[in-house]
Amino acid sequence: MMKNYNPVSAQDYLPRELLKQIQLQRLQKIVAHEYEHVPVYRERMDERGVKPEHIKTLKDIALLPFMMKKDLRDTYPFGLFAMEMSDVVRLHASSGTTGKPIVVGYSKEDIDVWVSCMMRALVAAGVGPGDIIQNSYGYGLFTGGLGAHYGIENLGATVVPTSGGNTERQVMLMRDFGVTGITCTPTYFIHLCEKALQMGLDVRDFPIRVGLFGAEPWTEEMRKRIEGLSGVEAFDIYGLSEMSGPGVGIECECHSGLHIFEDHFYPEIIDPDTCEVLPDGEEGELVFTTISKYAMPMIRYRTRDITHIIDEPCACGRTIRRIARISRRSDDMFIVRGVNVFPSQVESALLAVEGSLPHYRILLTRRPDGLDNMTVEVEISGGFDKIKTLEELQAKFSHSVERILGIHAVIKMVPPNTIPRSEGKARRVFDNRMNPTNQ
Amino acid sequence: MKLKQISVFVENKPGSVGYPCKVLADAGINITTLTLADTKDFGILRIISKNWQEAYDVLKARKFAVSVNDVVALEVENTPGGLSRVLEALERQGLNVEYMYASVFGVHNRAVLIFRFDDTDSAVEKLAGCPDLKIVDSELFFSLK
Repeated sequence: MMKNYNPVSAQDYLPRELLKQIQLQRLQKIVAHEYEHVPVYRERMDERGVKPEHIKTLKDIALLPFMMKKDLRDTYPFGLFAMEMSDVVRLHASSGTTGKPIVVGYSKEDIDVWVSCMMRALVAAGVGPGDIIQNSYGYGLFTGGLGAHYGIENLGATVVPTSGGNTERQVMLMRDFGVTGITCTPTYFIHLCEKALQMGLDVRDFPIRVGLFGAEPWTEEMRKRIEGLSGVEAFDIYGLSEMSGPGVGIECECHSGLHIFEDHFYPEIIDPDTCEVLPDGEEGELVFTTISKYAMPMIRYRTRDITHIIDEPCACGRTIRRIARISRRSDDMFIVRGVNVFPSQVESALLAVEGSLPHYRILLTRRPDGLDNMTVEVEISGGFDKIKTLEELQAKFSHSVERILGIHAVIKMVPPNTIPRSEGKARRVFDNRMNPTNQ
Repeated sequence: MKLKQISVFVENKPGSVGYPCKVLADAGINITTLTLADTKDFGILRIISKNWQEAYDVLKARKFAVSVNDVVALEVENTPGGLSRVLEALERQGLNVEYMYASVFGVHNRAVLIFRFDDTDSAVEKLAGCPDLKIVDSELFFSLK
């Protein structure tokens, strides 16, 4: 119990009743603040006849309207800000690959809360003073880099702010500095390990022992690959810019779901179709309310992430609830021949086959007759001189994918290092169905 | 009695065979003989080289999907029926040929064929006791011109 205990994590262990009282007080305060300062949201509450004083219990949160990514775009750039710019000390923005970027703002106190959550996440992963943490999340408008940076620094560990890119140099620094932990996307870490091998180095021989991996969904199969390749203990960290950034939740040493820092981020699970709140344990869309963030509160923000809440006590002793690992995001889902497919399902299917490397991509095309084709490219390791063996491997991939997805995919096995590597979030799906020139 | 063969997995697209060959060329490694097996999507480039270990290391370092396995070189008479006599002898020994290809160089006016058997060790054992078949050992093989 309470392994890795550090006072910064005291809020992880509050008695549940006390935690609920804190949540209610913070919720009431933030709703009043939002109602007073954000006209767009006040109008929506008024339309529903809801006033801040109607929030008498935590359950009353269901009275409040939802927020969605679209709201952030529609009010670009500052329409959802609830404080004067003179009180806002930092802005972040998404890359904005689809239309306008989304902008988020923080007061000094908001930053403090964010940093404290990131510190608690690091502690849960066993990080503390004396650790040297390489932070390979991109620095800049993306919340990953600075979010992790200040958490590491304020915890008293040593941060190496490498940001993304220049991978050979990252390998060299990792070895020379005796780095003990890393924060980056799981994809980038694999790339880093492979780069080390190309340089004649093996990350398993380095002192590094822990990795906090996030900013993209990844699977248990991928965890096994990462741990085998590097010898580090891999922790799934969850966050999103709309909440603050990295450090909304993290796995503890039990690796059985992610603890949510619910004294700051109040979680709900809803049925994405009816928007009804579901009981703990039922799978649905994750919805968060930032109950401590004042520059730009997000009330009942629909994350598009599919998971369920685990309310059983965790063996680590933390009382904050967990969510199951997020391997499915509504945003990533695509439909092929009427079947809903998540990239993580393809990942599980491919990595379950021996001989696969953890690099793949999914190409969607439309045939002239209107039927969709899904081609899955996967890198394979060596060990073959017979065509028969390769064809058997291809058949194994094909069966594995078909068993999990229920539809046929064309499997294209490619040599190592063929699929472009990403230095940030991996792009897995290339949908050319609406783009006939690319077929 | 056995030869080492390097196999490289390649995509079936322009340039994919040239690249590993270039890597070997740059490392100063000579290819004695080779064959390319292909399907619609991919191929396997099989190479026999005296410096097979070096060839393997340099390809592995460049992240090729590469492997090493044993093959056997057999002399075949360069006359009609030469090959079928060899194949019949193999059949009598109960040896299954996974694949085979011809070496670029022959010996004593006879052709040399490379054979891949299921189980190379037991194949070599059986072949050694078979007067109709003559194995080309690696010393002789790499001296051929």
